[in-house]
Amino acid sequence: MTFDLRAILVLGLAALPYAALLAARWRAWALLAGSVLAIYWLQPPLPIRYADFILPTATLLLTVASWWATRKPGDARQAGTRREDLVTLIVVAALVAGLSLMRFVEAEYRITVSRPPDPLGLVAGLAIAGAALGAILWLAQKRGPERGLAVVGLLVIALFVILKTEPLAAAVGAWWRSLTGQDISLASGADLNWLGFSYVAFRLLHTLRDRQAGILPALSLREYVTYVVFFASYTAGPIDRAERFAGDFRVLPIVKGPDAGRFLDGLTRIAIGLFKKFVIADSLAQGLSLSVASAAQADSALWLWVLLYGYAFRLYFDFGGYTDIAIGIGVLFGIRLPENFDRPYLKTSITAFWQSWHMTLSNWARFYVFTPLSRWMLTRSWKPSPALIVLAAQLATMIVIGLWHGITWSFFAWGAWHGVGLFVHKQWSDRTRRWTRGLSARPGHKRAWTAISWFATLQFVVIGWVWFLMPDVQQAAQTMLRLFGLGW
Amino acid sequence: MEETTDCTDATDEEVHEIRDIRVIRGRILAAAKSRAMTGLHQQGKSEPSTTWRFVLGVALKAALLFVACNVVFAALEPLETLGAISLYNRIVPGRERLPYGENPAESYNLSLYNIPAMIASHRVAQPKAPDEYRVLIIGDSGTWGWLLDNEDTLAGQINAGGYVTADGRRVDAYNLAYPIMSLTKDLMLLDAATRSVHEPDLIVWPVTAESFPRDRQLTPPLLHNNASRVRALIDGYRLNLDASDPRFVEPDFAGRTIVGQRRALANLLRLQWVGFSWAATGIDRAIPGEVTLRQSDFDQDLSWHDYKEPVRLTGDDLAFDVLAAGVARAGDVPVLIVNEPMYVSSGRNSNLRYNSFYPRWAYDRYRELLAEAARKNGWRYLDVWESIAPEEFTDTPVHLTPEGAAQFAQRVAAAILETANE
Repeated sequence: MTFDLRAILVLGLAALPYAALLAARWRAWALLAGSVLAIYWLQPPLPIRYADFILPTATLLLTVASWWATRKPGDARQAGTRREDLVTLIVVAALVAGLSLMRFVEAEYRITVSRPPDPLGLVAGLAIAGAALGAILWLAQKRGPERGLAVVGLLVIALFVILKTEPLAAAVGAWWRSLTGQDISLASGADLNWLGFSYVAFRLLHTLRDRQAGILPALSLREYVTYVVFFASYTAGPIDRAERFAGDFRVLPIVKGPDAGRFLDGLTRIAIGLFKKFVIADSLAQGLSLSVASAAQADSALWLWVLLYGYAFRLYFDFGGYTDIAIGIGVLFGIRLPENFDRPYLKTSITAFWQSWHMTLSNWARFYVFTPLSRWMLTRSWKPSPALIVLAAQLATMIVIGLWHGITWSFFAWGAWHGVGLFVHKQWSDRTRRWTRGLSARPGHKRAWTAISWFATLQFVVIGWVWFLMPDVQQAAQTMLRLFGLGW
Repeated sequence: MEETTDCTDATDEEVHEIRDIRVIRGRILAAAKSRAMTGLHQQGKSEPSTTWRFVLGVALKAALLFVACNVVFAALEPLETLGAISLYNRIVPGRERLPYGENPAESYNLSLYNIPAMIASHRVAQPKAPDEYRVLIIGDSGTWGWLLDNEDTLAGQINAGGYVTADGRRVDAYNLAYPIMSLTKDLMLLDAATRSVHEPDLIVWPVTAESFPRDRQLTPPLLHNNASRVRALIDGYRLNLDASDPRFVEPDFAGRTIVGQRRALANLLRLQWVGFSWAATGIDRAIPGEVTLRQSDFDQDLSWHDYKEPVRLTGDDLAFDVLAAGVARAGDVPVLIVNEPMYVSSGRNSNLRYNSFYPRWAYDRYRELLAEAARKNGWRYLDVWESIAPEEFTDTPVHLTPEGAAQFAQRVAAAILETANE
């Protein structure tokens, strides 16, 4: 089960009793419980025995550990939620244990994708894993709270790198298969298809980093877990900010329950998302979209361009559609998730494009890569030139965004392509600012320049998708040459 | 809602970043409070006056509109009309053969049941050129070109030959075969093609014994899903076939609505979309890397369809009435019937069987009956059953290699020119 039509329908329908029947004070608990259950329900089946149960459980373990590391022990609010935190821990553990009881239920009545592991074994495993993680954290925190944050952060980054690097993921898959007595020769990266982990990891890193910087507000365990695994944004984002999410979460009890306006907003947004994803994007995917195979098979540059444009629009409508659905579902449950897209293909500069494409990811990278890196370079004794600082920071930021999609050379190249593009645009706009301002006095010229800028930006972005699509740099470069009539 | 944030552990260079984030956070929390208090989630977009009455009114109107569209759709049954509207031959080039494919992602092709859409997607839907001698080729998977690229099919090889008739017209062959063995399927496509195709000069109809048994005639799902077309042919030509075959799909009113026909509508759209990949690549089939060759050794098996032992087949046992209906349906357009080449084995028990399809007794009798029917009815007939060397067959006894198809095409082209020059 992934975020398909059935899941969207179930979540949409669940909003009705949630809003109309549930007492307001139980809403936050309902979102917590619903989110915990949903991560098991949405997880696709995995070939390794029990992996599709263990990975969502690991998400919860990691989330609790991360919350523990980001707690503010001296904070009055943090201290005030101790009882709630304990209840939350019990609720989450009970839900996981309860889900494992589905082992004894017929397959058609399970919400887990496969037969869960033995409950006793699960409880023992959870206790051991929890104790081990707790001990590591305790030992680290004894040497200062920073160490605890660093340990969890490094663990999240290590897991992220393993999952996003095909050979590493395959090696871990082979090791895991050896433990379960399964055929090692069948191991692949797909063995570890850990649903939503890309988003979970960046949410966790955001809270860990903000805690390091001292700007993360005190969050209860219930708020924290629901923020990280909130069902609407679990599979395809957006990457919300914890304090923003907590703002909505805390006022849930005073949100009007069966509010017609909210439901109209939410359902309209879901309908728009469904149309974008399941009508436009899926239609484009049927044949009007470049694929690795068709890029090699195309016999003319013109049609290669047509398919590449199809791919560009497919990506936008697919991801944009999912975002609309996520936002719409969030609205139904009283959580306003942040926007992720703002007509990106209509922007007239690459900078504006990145302010409107996957905005929550680019904001994350701006906060946690660009700003710290550029400030760090600015404060060095060997301070490089401003242009070099901008180039390095932009390259690093965009390469991180690229590698977030997968640790491959082609995603690296895609990130570098945009990093260089942003740098060149910055240099260009710095040098032509007076000239472009002067265009205001000549509306015709301004319109023409806007059209040229839009066209150039769109071409740059669309050509860049070749890096994104192709499995390796060589094929990407070959396809790019063929777009321009070379290498046929 | 009040929170305290502790910046004391922040480094100097992080202070600006912290300020940025604090400002954002403050705005976010204020907005969340505001939304919660008003019960709105998109300030300025939703009117505070939005009520359930309004929402239910919108839902009711939408539902009524949806029902009305479905009722009109069911009443008009516009699928075939919609099928004739095509991006092919306008925005993307027409296909070289009829759409067929189970894996659109690889073959850039798909199977559907909408005959007008299938023909509209074919280059045969283009107007006939003044100097063209238009040849329509119908038939089974061997003629369609299973495991072959378009240029290697029978039609492709004929066109590559650059044949010209005595009066200077260039022979242009159109592949209207479809990969299922049934003469009734051929007849239905011939009927559809002659209705919509511009002035064919000749119809070439390669056949093999496997297309003749009565039990094969109504097997293809393409026929089940075009029940009215098949019934009209059965009734019109008094074919010895069951017009009330339970496999015919007869949708009820609900089945004729947009909801009921959603799969057919989706396929119609899908056919248009895959046209772009077809245009870009010229590929319309997925050829597997490894092909298992046709069987050469056989058990001592003399059965063929319902016949466990050899019998003396008669014309009524095979669907010669369907073949005759095809020739009649073509009207003034000449029809060249071709007994297509097949693999002749020399392996174990090849004294009993020619190949995995045919025991010798059945095929020999079929050839006798076909030759006799052609002679009696004055049909143009070409028998090339063992004209191709055994090594030129691929996975079945009737699927040819490019070289085999080229040899077959030479024989057919000679017969085409003979007919054209009469």
